[in-house]
Amino acid sequence: MNTLPFPRRPVDQVMTEERAASFARRSIKSSSKLAALKLAISMMDLTTLEGKDTPGKVEHLCRKAIQPADPRYEVPACAAVCVYPNMVRAAKAFTRGTSVKVAAVTTAFPSGLMPLSVKLEDTRLAVEDGADEIDMVIDRGAFLRGEYRQVFDEIAAVREACGNAHLKVIFETGELQTYDNVRIASDLAIRAGAHFIKTSTGKVSPAATLPVTLVMLEAIRDHFYETGVRIGMKPAGGIRTAKEAITYLVMLNETLGADWMTPDLFRFGASTLANDVLMQIARLVDGRYQSADYFSLP
Amino acid sequence: MKKAKTPVPHPNAVPHGSVHMLRLCEGLAYAPAPETTPVKIDATYGLFIDGAFTKPGRTFATVNPATEKTLAEVTAATASDVDRAVKAARRAQEKVWGRLPGRERGKYLYRIARLIQEHARELAVLETMDGGKTIKESRDIDLPLVAAHFFYYAGWADKLDYAFPGRKARPLGVAGQVIPWNFPLLMAAWKLAPALAAGNTCVLKPAETTPLTALHLARIFQQAELPPGVVNIVTGAGETGAALVNHPGIDKVAFTGSTEVGRRIAASVAGTGKKLTLELGGKAANIVFEDAPIEQAVEGIVAGIYFNQGHVCCAGSRLLVQESVFPEIIRRLRDRVSTLRVGDPLDKNTDIGAINSRQQLEKIRELVDSGVKEGAELFQPRCRLPKAGYWFAPSFFTGVTAAHRIAREEIFGPVLSVMTFRTPEEAIERANTTPYGLSAGVWTDKGSKIFKIAAKLRAGVVWANTYNKFDPTSPFGGYKESGFGREGGVQGLLPYVSLE
Repeated sequence: MNTLPFPRRPVDQVMTEERAASFARRSIKSSSKLAALKLAISMMDLTTLEGKDTPGKVEHLCRKAIQPADPRYEVPACAAVCVYPNMVRAAKAFTRGTSVKVAAVTTAFPSGLMPLSVKLEDTRLAVEDGADEIDMVIDRGAFLRGEYRQVFDEIAAVREACGNAHLKVIFETGELQTYDNVRIASDLAIRAGAHFIKTSTGKVSPAATLPVTLVMLEAIRDHFYETGVRIGMKPAGGIRTAKEAITYLVMLNETLGADWMTPDLFRFGASTLANDVLMQIARLVDGRYQSADYFSLP
Repeated sequence: MKKAKTPVPHPNAVPHGSVHMLRLCEGLAYAPAPETTPVKIDATYGLFIDGAFTKPGRTFATVNPATEKTLAEVTAATASDVDRAVKAARRAQEKVWGRLPGRERGKYLYRIARLIQEHARELAVLETMDGGKTIKESRDIDLPLVAAHFFYYAGWADKLDYAFPGRKARPLGVAGQVIPWNFPLLMAAWKLAPALAAGNTCVLKPAETTPLTALHLARIFQQAELPPGVVNIVTGAGETGAALVNHPGIDKVAFTGSTEVGRRIAASVAGTGKKLTLELGGKAANIVFEDAPIEQAVEGIVAGIYFNQGHVCCAGSRLLVQESVFPEIIRRLRDRVSTLRVGDPLDKNTDIGAINSRQQLEKIRELVDSGVKEGAELFQPRCRLPKAGYWFAPSFFTGVTAAHRIAREEIFGPVLSVMTFRTPEEAIERANTTPYGLSAGVWTDKGSKIFKIAAKLRAGVVWANTYNKFDPTSPFGGYKESGFGREGGVQGLLPYVSLE
């Protein structure tokens, strides 16, 4: 089926990019900046998604997520660690008894080009191993062919396979390319049962951008207007500096508001962002910058 | 906050406090971030005549509308001051400027443009202090456009033969130019740059509430070593403007301001042989079709009416929404307007600055009261306005019909009148049924519709899927009571030359 089961919402590129750029002109200083930076840490999904991942590497990541910085900075724990399915057991073991959740990327991440039965089994095994959250990818090939029903059905099936685990749906917006496509994918995923919608795998450039995230936030807002249901948002990949993270929070604040300013409804998918945010926190607390050597590697 | 009661609810009225409410802007506090670039303001200013500042004469105060504190005392130019300015301009035109090759005039204009860029930050701060507009706009929109205008017309100075192929373009002589308070420096640039490029000299009268940036621009002219008398700046109120417009020694009058004053100027210039261009008021229709990109249309509505506190002659002050998307537009607009930050114009986080003057504030209040009395429904977000200064919260009216005063008269403030239509035909008819014809906006995702509608709108500027965008290369001006003549682009040279 090539037609959409809901009305298409056109997106204008120029105005979207202009609006997104306007958030970067907000000036956040001193105490509000410190609060925003700590909030950003609490929303972080620390991520390692490499072929060379081992339980040893995952342990580093988990410890970092549990205690991102020296306790005197009073920095909260990160929201989750995000790993491949084979690392879920290790991650669960290292995070036991803490607030840090374990997210697994499934459904033949990052391409999604495998039979649905494999994707569902991939998901079920990760959930059995204890994954609290599942980050799935949509089949971009099917999407770009216009097979929206297939994309929809796959998301719905994976949601079912998730059981009690939360489902984040990755669009790989760098491959969808147009804002119109991003909006269609958002509406599809939300209707198919996503708890979160997520921009990117981190394997394709461009990954998350402000305008793409804005288009997705607008889809979330429209769904809230219609149903009162709050869907979460996760920009992932490409966000490297504290300044960019704050711009995302400003955009969230002015698009969806206070109810979304929580790790339950907003996450940053990142591997290198954490230490830049921590460095800025340390500067605000200590009044000076410190060398990167003072911050632990994930 | 004021909420009007309508006896009979409009058929399209969206209930207040609808079920699913967003708590916008409550999740993150923005600390004040004032722009701190220092700007030196003198206690008193004289007039800029023949390349030098005169001793201050009888003065009037120019106040910061955000604080109501006096910034400086500025000289009120008398008829004899204006006469000296016009004579200086005449001498400069005949002896120096009119004889310079275009290439040399261009060099001066390029130099002025570069100096404006160098002084951009302090000029932006001064513009914000004297006029009340936000630093975000004076810094990111006004000043870059001011410099761009001088750069653009500098390029034309030695290419007039190509602007009007086969014709010889000669300067008119001395131009008397009267400009408004909403974009003080930008309007000065719009007037001066094309006139100078074409070989004219100028006597410029800035608005009485915003004279400071023009006077600081005069210092840039001195720094650029612009020959004495090429630009003269006379400050003052209506009498000064009248003395300039009625002076027999000028060849050209260019005016931007209200239709009422424009009409008086046209009457006094009639039969004198002076050339005239008028850029006057507007009541632009911003038309949103059901196939528009809704979220971006809401952005465009906001940019259309709340830009520069609505002190914009081309503001999209009449919103025409197709009935089928009216509820969703209004809901989104209500939330979006609630995110606008009103307050200290020098704060980088401020979206809506101060109303330019007490007089203008009273005019806005009077028209808004008339809207409430005539039964339209007023929406204003909850926001705290500063105690001192002149402020008006961003507002919009629903339930407005074409017969309401707020649908016909220019409010020139952050107040939008929302009306509905059913078919494209009706949209065009409603858009064109106004004495004005300066600008319009069209929102649709369908390209062919944009061209079809735009061609039928009686408006000088039509923006498609955007609003309030300006560029020196693009001509600007109106139909009907919005005036005549074009500023910007190659067309902007035409009012300053005679073609042989």
